[in-house]
Amino acid sequence: MPRTGVFICHCGTNIAGTVDIEKAVEASRNFPGVVHAADYRYLCSEMGQDLIKKAIVDNQLDRVVVGTCSPRMHEGTFRKAAAEAGLNPYLLEVANIREHCSWVHKDIEEATPKAISLLRAAAAKAVLNESLDAPELEVEKRALVIGGGIAGIQAAIDIAEAGYEVDVVEREPSIGGRMAQLEKTFPTLDCSACILTPKMVEAAQHPNVNLITYSEVEEVKGFVGQFDVKIRQKARSVDPVKCTGCGICYEKCPSKASSEFEMGLSKRKAIYIPFPQAVPNVPVIDRDACLYFTKGRCQICEKECPPQAIVYDQEDEIFERRYGTIIVATGFDQMNPSQYGEYGYGQHPDILTGLEFERLFNASGPTGGKVVRLSDGKPPEKVVFIQCVGSRDKARGMNYCSKICCMYTAKQAILLKEKVPDAKSYVFYIDVRTAGKGYEEFQRRAAEEYDVAYLRGQVGKIFPDGDHLVVHGVDSLSGKIIEIKADMVVLAAASIARADSPELGRIVGINSDSYHFFNEAHPKLKPVETHTAGVFIAGACQAPKDIPDTVAQASAAAVKAVGLLSKEFLKGEACTAEVNQAECSGCLYCEAVCPYSAISPVEIEERYQGGTLKRTVAEVNPALCQGCGSCTVICRSGSINLKGFSNEQILAEVDAICLQR
Amino acid sequence: MATSNKTRLVDEMKMQSGQDPNECYQCAKCSAACPVTAAMDLLPHQVIRYLQLGFEEDLAKSNTPWICASCFTCAARCPRDLDLARMMEGIRLVMLRRREGNKFGPADLTPEQLEKLPQQALVSGFRKYNK
Repeated sequence: MPRTGVFICHCGTNIAGTVDIEKAVEASRNFPGVVHAADYRYLCSEMGQDLIKKAIVDNQLDRVVVGTCSPRMHEGTFRKAAAEAGLNPYLLEVANIREHCSWVHKDIEEATPKAISLLRAAAAKAVLNESLDAPELEVEKRALVIGGGIAGIQAAIDIAEAGYEVDVVEREPSIGGRMAQLEKTFPTLDCSACILTPKMVEAAQHPNVNLITYSEVEEVKGFVGQFDVKIRQKARSVDPVKCTGCGICYEKCPSKASSEFEMGLSKRKAIYIPFPQAVPNVPVIDRDACLYFTKGRCQICEKECPPQAIVYDQEDEIFERRYGTIIVATGFDQMNPSQYGEYGYGQHPDILTGLEFERLFNASGPTGGKVVRLSDGKPPEKVVFIQCVGSRDKARGMNYCSKICCMYTAKQAILLKEKVPDAKSYVFYIDVRTAGKGYEEFQRRAAEEYDVAYLRGQVGKIFPDGDHLVVHGVDSLSGKIIEIKADMVVLAAASIARADSPELGRIVGINSDSYHFFNEAHPKLKPVETHTAGVFIAGACQAPKDIPDTVAQASAAAVKAVGLLSKEFLKGEACTAEVNQAECSGCLYCEAVCPYSAISPVEIEERYQGGTLKRTVAEVNPALCQGCGSCTVICRSGSINLKGFSNEQILAEVDAICLQR
Repeated sequence: MATSNKTRLVDEMKMQSGQDPNECYQCAKCSAACPVTAAMDLLPHQVIRYLQLGFEEDLAKSNTPWICASCFTCAARCPRDLDLARMMEGIRLVMLRRREGNKFGPADLTPEQLEKLPQQALVSGFRKYNK
């Protein structure tokens, strides 16, 4: 019989507050195989670990059970301590008596017997624990960044500067993302392009960075250190090697389509670059708008192109590459506020979203940088900004605060006053939230120096009246109904997750919150990690975020990625599946369900009635197996076991709980 | 000044309407959307504020719950998913039960009015102003 030691943690009052520790220790002494039981205020502390180590040596323990917090939290800590005392770390078992017991119960009379049951189960399992060894895995020294906005660009540059190769996959024809669409950035009013384009160029020219634009990730297989990624490079219809970026093609192109980059406020050509500073400066043919592709004639771009770079018959190219780590930085969308009937968005050209209004300031934007009404081209005299359109709205929108709207609205009101000095801005708000360095000061400047009227209340309806838009709102501080004859209305529409983010999450293996933003592994202590090892997130795909936070998070994700890439080997999973080939019937259901392609058929020879018999059975590659256990569940003959979680161990736990009462 | 909202009116209103005024963050969208604010002495969002702060006597004097036409625009617009029209109804019921009794019955109408007024208006009028 093994010699088991049980150690119970008070976790301050976290456990001791609802579990009678003394009783639990006493009960533990009577579990089969237990020769030592003790408790301590904080087992995870240095002193607590020393207590375990000393007891292992003094009592010649060969199994250890710790009754503590979740194994997610401190299993590693205690296994390391056990290893330092000369025990194989997998001989230690965690009974989670905090998250699974003390935290979810209030009554000590109920929680104590439950904690004892959990400890008994862990002790019963520990008896059957075996020494395990984790395999070593090679690391592919290359990173993949999905998304080429400011987050992806920053992460890629940081990884490249650390000396590792990095590929950036961007869906659009150019990198730059949302930041490229902005005119100025708060609170310093830096020109957005002036600070972004140098970074875009730096990424493009860095010898370690490989930009893969107009491309999407289709499939990710493998695991940390060895992700095999399938990338679809969409047909540009332009040879990027020959193209010189002269721009004659899109000057001459006769066909037009709505510009995505300009939020649909203006037209671009069928062959186009999304914006003048595009990187790479190689046009793309929009085959849905191109006359040659839709009607079979035109071909003007081909005739005019000096280096003959147009390739009409180019096809999508799918290639596969291996990466050690993946950073997802796919950004955000702006909600379409047309569901808010009272604001009339989409029914009048002078009612815009914040991002659309932003484009009016830009010299290459739809109005050439003139802030004018899109209905008649006149500069506006009164502009009403409405905050929280779809944000902080649990009835019809998103429950969360979009974080950036208060600041960009103040910025746009300031920029408006500078472009159109006679203009007057009104901001309907619920709360002004300006947490950030220099943010409060900036917003106050808008109110105090730029004469922006802040009205604490919301707008109930907007209706056109001749040339104007009558905004019917309220100032709740004075209790007065406010009616403004406005020339333009700007809606601070909520920042939302990309519509296809759940799909990408499925491909890469990241789960999302109820709004489809990607989940970090821990809201405070693991802000860029995900629950898939080797996959990190950065920027507004995690939650609405401003540029400084996005850049900081991107650099953080890059450090995590570099940390991984700098390792020669990674410790693999020790708890892997194992096939009892004598019992295996060779149905290979396990191969079909294995998400890591770790199971393959193998032919074995068996002695049978005096002769030998060849038959096919399943085999697990322990380097690929991640210990998910799907195969053990599907196996009809019960001949697959997961090391560390064998059927016998699980049943021993169940028996320990059920047969007691 | 009462600052606790643990008064009888609030409790009864909550029971009648199933709405909790503390969920309101005072964006005043209801007031901006309400079509009959011109006749009200308190705006709808102020009524909620008074409920939050427990200003029961001021509420008792206000004409706003009685002016409310139960058009439900406020409820349709509210980003906190509160049904203000129900809350107004709750306040009216509490008031009626507390002191006044029925405010308005068939005896208050002339035979011609009874003849001409649509049935629906009569029923909703009786419901609104009576116990």
